[in-house]
Amino acid sequence: MNWFDDWGITLTVFIPIVGAIIVLLIPKGEEETIKGVALLTSLVTLGFAIGLMAEFDYDDTAKLQFDVNTSWIDVINSRYHVAIDGISLPLVLLSALIIVLCIVYSWNHFPEPHNPKALLALMLVLETGMIGTFVAQDLILFFIFFEVVLLPMYFMIGVWGGKNREYASIKFFLFTLFGSALMLLSFLAVYFSSKDPLTGQHTFDIVTLSTAGVLDVSKTAAVVMFGGMFLGFGIKVPMFPFHTWLPDAHTEAPTVGSVILAAVLLKLGTYGFIRVALPILPEGAQEWAPYIGLLAVIGIIYGALNCLAQKDVKRLIAFSSVAHMGFVMLGIATLTSAGINAAVFGMVAHGLITGLLFFIAGSMQERYHTREMSRLGGLLISAPKMGWILGFTAMASLGLPGLAGFWGEFPAILAAYEPLSVLSEETFRTYMVIAAVGTVLAAAYLLVMYQRVAMGEVPEEFKDEHIHDVHGPEWIAWAPMLILILALGVFPKLLFGITDDAVKHVTDGIATALNATSK
Amino acid sequence: MAHWAFLIPLVPAATYFVILLFGKRFGERCSYIGIGALGASWVMAAINAYQWIDRREIVRESVEWAQWGSGSIRVGTHVDGLATMMLVVVTSVSLLVHIYSLEYLRGDRRYTHYYAALSLFSASMLMLVIADNTLALLTSWELVGLCSFMLISHWWEDKDNSNAGLKAFITNRVGDVGLIVGIIILYFVAGKTFDIDTINSAALSGTIRHGTLLIAACCLLAAVCSKSGQVPLHIWLPDAMAGPTPVSALIHAATMVVAGVYMVARLYGVFFAGFSIGDGGMNLLALVGGVTMVIGASMAFVQNDIKRVLAYSTISQLGYMVAALGVGAWTGGVFHLFTHAFFKACLFLGAGSLSHACHHTFDMREMGGLRKKMPTTFLTFTIGTLALAGVPPLAGFWSKDEILNGARANDFPIIMVLGFVAAIMTAAYMGRALYLIFFGEYRGHAHPHESPKVMMVPVTILAGLAVVVGLLNAPFADYRFGQWVKFEVEVENLYGAEGAVAEGEAAAAAEGEHAAEGAAAAAEGEHAAEGEAGAEGEAAAEAEGEHAAEGEHVIVHSIAEIKELAPGETVLFEPEEHKFNIGVAGSSVAIGLVGLLIATWIYLLRKAPKNLLLVNPFRALHTLLVQKYYLDKLAVDGIAKGTAGPVADGSYWVNQKIIDGAVNGVGVTTKKYLAPFAYEQLDQFVVDGLYNGLGETTKGLGGAFRKLQNGRIQRYGLWLFFAVAILALVVALLA
Amino acid sequence: MVLNQFLLLSLFLFCTGVYGALVRRNGVLVLMSIELMLNAANLNLVAFSAFYKTEISGQVFALFVIAIAAAEVGVGLAIVLLLYRNLSSADLDRADSMKG
Repeated sequence: MNWFDDWGITLTVFIPIVGAIIVLLIPKGEEETIKGVALLTSLVTLGFAIGLMAEFDYDDTAKLQFDVNTSWIDVINSRYHVAIDGISLPLVLLSALIIVLCIVYSWNHFPEPHNPKALLALMLVLETGMIGTFVAQDLILFFIFFEVVLLPMYFMIGVWGGKNREYASIKFFLFTLFGSALMLLSFLAVYFSSKDPLTGQHTFDIVTLSTAGVLDVSKTAAVVMFGGMFLGFGIKVPMFPFHTWLPDAHTEAPTVGSVILAAVLLKLGTYGFIRVALPILPEGAQEWAPYIGLLAVIGIIYGALNCLAQKDVKRLIAFSSVAHMGFVMLGIATLTSAGINAAVFGMVAHGLITGLLFFIAGSMQERYHTREMSRLGGLLISAPKMGWILGFTAMASLGLPGLAGFWGEFPAILAAYEPLSVLSEETFRTYMVIAAVGTVLAAAYLLVMYQRVAMGEVPEEFKDEHIHDVHGPEWIAWAPMLILILALGVFPKLLFGITDDAVKHVTDGIATALNATSK
Repeated sequence: MAHWAFLIPLVPAATYFVILLFGKRFGERCSYIGIGALGASWVMAAINAYQWIDRREIVRESVEWAQWGSGSIRVGTHVDGLATMMLVVVTSVSLLVHIYSLEYLRGDRRYTHYYAALSLFSASMLMLVIADNTLALLTSWELVGLCSFMLISHWWEDKDNSNAGLKAFITNRVGDVGLIVGIIILYFVAGKTFDIDTINSAALSGTIRHGTLLIAACCLLAAVCSKSGQVPLHIWLPDAMAGPTPVSALIHAATMVVAGVYMVARLYGVFFAGFSIGDGGMNLLALVGGVTMVIGASMAFVQNDIKRVLAYSTISQLGYMVAALGVGAWTGGVFHLFTHAFFKACLFLGAGSLSHACHHTFDMREMGGLRKKMPTTFLTFTIGTLALAGVPPLAGFWSKDEILNGARANDFPIIMVLGFVAAIMTAAYMGRALYLIFFGEYRGHAHPHESPKVMMVPVTILAGLAVVVGLLNAPFADYRFGQWVKFEVEVENLYGAEGAVAEGEAAAAAEGEHAAEGAAAAAEGEHAAEGEAGAEGEAAAEAEGEHAAEGEHVIVHSIAEIKELAPGETVLFEPEEHKFNIGVAGSSVAIGLVGLLIATWIYLLRKAPKNLLLVNPFRALHTLLVQKYYLDKLAVDGIAKGTAGPVADGSYWVNQKIIDGAVNGVGVTTKKYLAPFAYEQLDQFVVDGLYNGLGETTKGLGGAFRKLQNGRIQRYGLWLFFAVAILALVVALLA
Repeated sequence: MVLNQFLLLSLFLFCTGVYGALVRRNGVLVLMSIELMLNAANLNLVAFSAFYKTEISGQVFALFVIAIAAAEVGVGLAIVLLLYRNLSSADLDRADSMKG
């Protein structure tokens, strides 16, 4: 399987875009063919991703595997360098899986204005962008993939979205673009301050930049550069003061758009922190960590409070994302392996859980034609299976042990008790308590939502209406997520086993750079 | 069996999924799957108990569960005396409740879901009691909370029920914050481990700063308060009675609510050292327990709903257990947990039987005179009541006596007094309930009849157990008739069997066993050097290096002794031996009887005129009703003006207005003011406005510049000319 | 030789040209005004070149400018012609379809 070592990642990344081109070449009328090709493409991509998983060497997850490093843009020493390690692998798999599920889910009910050809092509382009970001090991390559994601999502919200779609899509676009611009500046600053020990030239290579001594900058410069990356990634996450694009984008986006957005797009930001910002600029990270932690816990409480005020199911789920990503960022801010492991687990768990919640919200809207919680009720009577699935997912979302959400939250809180030795323990212990209080609020808003939507009698206006229970495509799309949520919750080692060494590699690097005792 | 202990929760867990996925196909028959699974678990628990008594060998099994950074997180089972006892209690009560529910829930709209949830609950609870680390404890702790939520809001069509479920879950979540934080603190102070044994040893070793330990213990106490209904987090428990009655018996009386008590017993090292229990005086744990037992008991007086009476009674009894652990009477607390499970489950199931007979009402005002119509229920309910009131030789007497005696012996006079106060109240309110339900005339509109056998057999079994289980730890008998066991020997110390084995006749047997194991132990090297006493052998062989590497264990009876030890030594804490005190026992019996007498006096007085009026029917229904009303009022006034009245109303008022109100207030404020403020004012206006403002400004500027670009080339030229002219002027002036 | 008179003449021509180019509406007249400005520049070049006797590049430049101006007038007239065809007028203010 030698060719697979060389071509595996490249194929996984670019097959979707080939599929997208094929989809665009098929005449608009032949919908079945279009859907078939799109599904086939995504399945083949998933197949390749699973191939990567199967061929992955689990004894050495810290090592970059399937490494491909060839020249690309020589003028700026930017190379086509892709590889995966234990942190990338789960996210690549998640992205490939989510796209398949989204295509299956939208099989028979494409949102208005229909046009499956365009929607499917956009989804496939998105897939390339997402997987590409997770495998890129060169800053320019990373940036390009990071930006590739932007436009398809903009169109997805702007064309297939709800009433307020133009506002939402533009907000999304501007926010993210603003962040990206500053991020690019930081990348350039890093480039011009670097010196590749082998060639003596500047370099964009993430791996090289992460090794000590390559980047020669003063602490102040490191802090400023980190600030640029912080904005770029933090907006994508989104962190507390930059989160306002998220509820609008989520609420207005079509169901599959919301799912992709929640499940994968938000993770690009957190992944960026772990892969790029922390290893390259550990000194900047040290200075920023307390503030990131602060914003993270504010996000946890703030998101939860806002959830309580919501009347719209989808908007509630959107705000819950702010709270959940707060836990992920808190884990990252501790700069410890427990925290970052928790963050990666939290990313995957949140992808599955919130993705599923958005699926359910979309299906409910399709049936009831409203998302107002005050008008809904009795889902357990009208569609008991969907009610149970919603309950299960809500429980997973509030961090019930035994389901996936817990393993993203608990270790993050735990890590905050003892952050990296150069960070202030008192500060982070305060964060720990605040974050723990956030779990109460999470229980409150999710259960109140569940009570309103699922329990009680069926409201008058829907009494005579036939509410279809979960149907075929929905089962196919949801079952893998349900199974994974349960499996990861019961056997967290499935994921921790992959990420741990890779994360330790990152945190050891940070600890060495900061002369901290690694914990 | 103990090596396979994970099977005990696994079987009901598997049943849960089977019922959930294939419930439709099985229909009503799925209840038999649940019963079968619980039966299997019960058999395994029984075998395990037998083996424990026979061999007294602590068994630990674990597998890796998760890993991050420096540590691998293991999960496993830990079967010792305490776990064995809990396994027996949980499986027994659960099995009986499963059987009882066959009839009680017959024809329910969600019969299968009910059994599924019951199975899941049993699985989680069984997992909780054999968990060997705090993380597994937390997991099952939350899972039982989830099941409690599912079952309380079983009839969720009615908003009151789902509200009760929500209240329970969210209140418990508040306590869980304490649990999470406490577990995290202990994880770090014990050297990055969730392992309960290690945490206990570390806590007792004196190497951890006392302040840290105190904070950890307080955090855990919050969790105890929420789960075990201690003041001020007990508010959910009475509301939880909205669920089906068998659920109240199983979850909200016998098993789940004692999880908090169990946790204190399990992590006793932390609480003992954290709250300095060995120093005597007063500590938070004992205080919370003491206050709860009085407040709970007093509130039980003002209830008309029999389930609510029992709920407040449960709160009060849980207070006893917590107070017992708070005063260092470890065995007493655990023993009370054990006996309470049986007689309280018996009482709850009896209440269910009453409601089954009386048209699904729990209102005692609509009962009365059921003694003759429901003789079995009457008999069992009376046994339960007497056991609860502490009448010898029923179960409650022995355990309550041990607690009071422990408080006396360990120098906690306040707790002892509170215990006596609560005891007299308990006897009185249970007497009230008994008289209201079974004596006098029937006041309802149904046609009460005895419940079918399927329901009454479990109740009878529980009543029988309520009679005998107290004898397991009766102090006067040092009996080992054949395989007869004594509770305080079987369920005793915290870290291993060695303490128990060291005492009394068992030591000889252990010595023999140790000799047999000698070769194996010698092969392991380190044990051979250590084998100073026969008693050490078994534990050392079992402890596998963890303890052995740290040196020998020192058995201590109080914290004072611990402080004299060199750091690094492992400590085995062993509670004081229980000694019978005739004074305490006598007073507690006397007090129980006084309580019953008070109740009898009040309710017989109330009964007497009513009977007189019945004898004299000429005086018409009207007078009868008036008299009855008057007597009712008198009785209430009598109680109110008596010992319990003002206190009860006051504490109920405090409960409803201040504590409940505060919780509701915080909730309402958050929901009504804080959340809308955060959302509408802050988020939508300020934060969002900022960004919108940024956009608007840019747009405005764009509009202004747009006017300049009018497409007229000459206008551009004009601008250009002016600009150049000004530039030239500037250059000229500067030059 | 006195340079001033040439420069003053050149200034006058240039200002006339600028005024015409900015103010006249007719495209042909604007073109003519541009010619005036170019020739003002030419005059300067030739004048300076004559003033500094060793230097002839000014005169060479002037020749270049004359040649290019001729070409420019050709193109310019063609544009005006097209404008006239499209708008039926040579009024430059009507050609404002590029406004923002």
